[in-house]
Amino acid sequence: MRVVNHPILGEDPKKRKITIYIDNKPVEAMEGDTIASALWANGIKACRYTPKNQEPRGIFCCIGRCNDCIMTVDGIPNIRSCITPVKDGMRIKTQKGNGTWEELK
Amino acid sequence: MKNIDVAVVGAGPAGLSAAIEAAKYGVKTLVIDENRQPGGQLFKQIHKFFGSQAQMAGIRGYEIGKKLLASAQMHHVQMHLNTQVIGIDETNTLAVIKDHHYSEIKARKIILCCGAAEKTLAFPGWTLPGIMGAGAAQTLVNIHRVLPGEKILMVGSGNVGLIVTYHFLQAGANVKAVIDAAHSIKGYGVHAAKIKRAGIPIMLGCTINRAIGKKQVEKAELIRVDERFNKIPSTEIQMDVDTICLAVGLSPSTELARMAGCKLYYDAKLGGYIPLINQDMQTTLEDIYAAGDMTGIEEASIAMEEGRIAGISCAVGLGYCPDTATSQRVVQNIRLNLSQLRSYKPN
Ligand SMILES: Cc1cc2nc3c(=O)[nH]c(=O)nc-3n(C[C@H](O)[C@H](O)[C@H](O)COP(=O)(O)OP(=O)(O)OC[C@H]3O[C@@H](n4cnc5c(N)ncnc54)[C@H](O)[C@@H]3O)c2cc1C
Ligand code: FES
Repeated sequence: MRVVNHPILGEDPKKRKITIYIDNKPVEAMEGDTIASALWANGIKACRYTPKNQEPRGIFCCIGRCNDCIMTVDGIPNIRSCITPVKDGMRIKTQKGNGTWEELK
Repeated sequence: MKNIDVAVVGAGPAGLSAAIEAAKYGVKTLVIDENRQPGGQLFKQIHKFFGSQAQMAGIRGYEIGKKLLASAQMHHVQMHLNTQVIGIDETNTLAVIKDHHYSEIKARKIILCCGAAEKTLAFPGWTLPGIMGAGAAQTLVNIHRVLPGEKILMVGSGNVGLIVTYHFLQAGANVKAVIDAAHSIKGYGVHAAKIKRAGIPIMLGCTINRAIGKKQVEKAELIRVDERFNKIPSTEIQMDVDTICLAVGLSPSTELARMAGCKLYYDAKLGGYIPLINQDMQTTLEDIYAAGDMTGIEEASIAMEEGRIAGISCAVGLGYCPDTATSQRVVQNIRLNLSQLRSYKPN
């Protein structure tokens, strides 16, 4: 859920809606979001599944320190979703294990 | 390769303060930070009473951040944002990555102000999505303006736990409880009072036994502990939650200091391994300085003063302060400030 009005911070400055694709499904995001904040705003909490046991992982530190939130973004694996800004039309995949370099053939 | 007098890693309160002081003396200074916006942890601190208990500073963290940014601009501090420092070598060269591109920056002096990372607690289920650092949740709410969840449990009653709980309330989230294994509240009374007034239980002598859920956390199982933190059997209770925030301390980000070869030592009260520094904030390597949370977990006001000393020391070391008597007086004053701000005195 987004915090649109805040007693101290005022109105959310993010205004422009854009579309990103999570596992090929269109999802609404706001310009100024990080990938992780857009996911969370849409109630999506698993960024990846672990290599050995295929367990889900979400964000842990949200400041780019822990690498728990890595996803495959526009064909490049291991991108920290918590500090990577969204772009209109961005293609994001829930990463399986170590991911693959999909579009760089 | 880019050449610069002073390169500062980290644009938090420590790094910005260091850069501003160095730039005041005419030193060519560059600050590098991997975030889109400078300020480090400051812009998520929306509360007053930012600073030490003694100072009772009535200014909100993000307002301090704005002041630092304006001052950095006024003194022509260069800023490389969205830029991650991934390496450092013995020739004072920083390896950096921006937009997937690699480059190098060679500096005459380097000030490391890398801040800290949140600690975690290991319990069954702790890796489930929805379980995160309290600072992470604070970043989501106050910077990205998204709630971490609808039903939140806060683990830890230190200042971070209490303050972030209050931030959740301001943002309209439902906090089910604050718990702490300790038998007394760890943070300041003013913060705890705000939480209690809002009707949120602070459960002491209570820890998390496990988290339950499939794709994400659905329940937290709590258990009572005795004075020696042993779990008391058959006291488990379950609570419906979709978010568990862990406010169990920070640990200094010392990776670059280690890579550079700075000597580290262990101080449990300051958060673990930290670089050994002298009173000029110089590490055991002549050209490398460090300041802020990475030299020990304290407060933003302390990080700023430490940064200022590091900045002035670099300017002096590079020969930019012909009038050393004046710069020494300034540093003396900062040291005096620091000793008043600190409750714990490292040796
Ligand atoms: C949840 C929380 C609540 C807090 N509340 C308070 C409070 O109420 N009052 C108070 O006084 N203090 C508070 N603090 C502590 C305060 O925020 C810190 O003491 C202060 O921000 C430390 O400043 P710093 O400059 O050392 O680090 P930071 O502010 O963390 O800045 C470090 C910066 O360096 C960047 N960085 C690190 N490594 C690299 C790299 N390799 N490449 C590029 N960039 C890098 C980071 O991304 C970050 O932007 C709180 C901290 C947290 C986490
Ligand atoms: S959540 Fe830790 S790096 Fe993204």
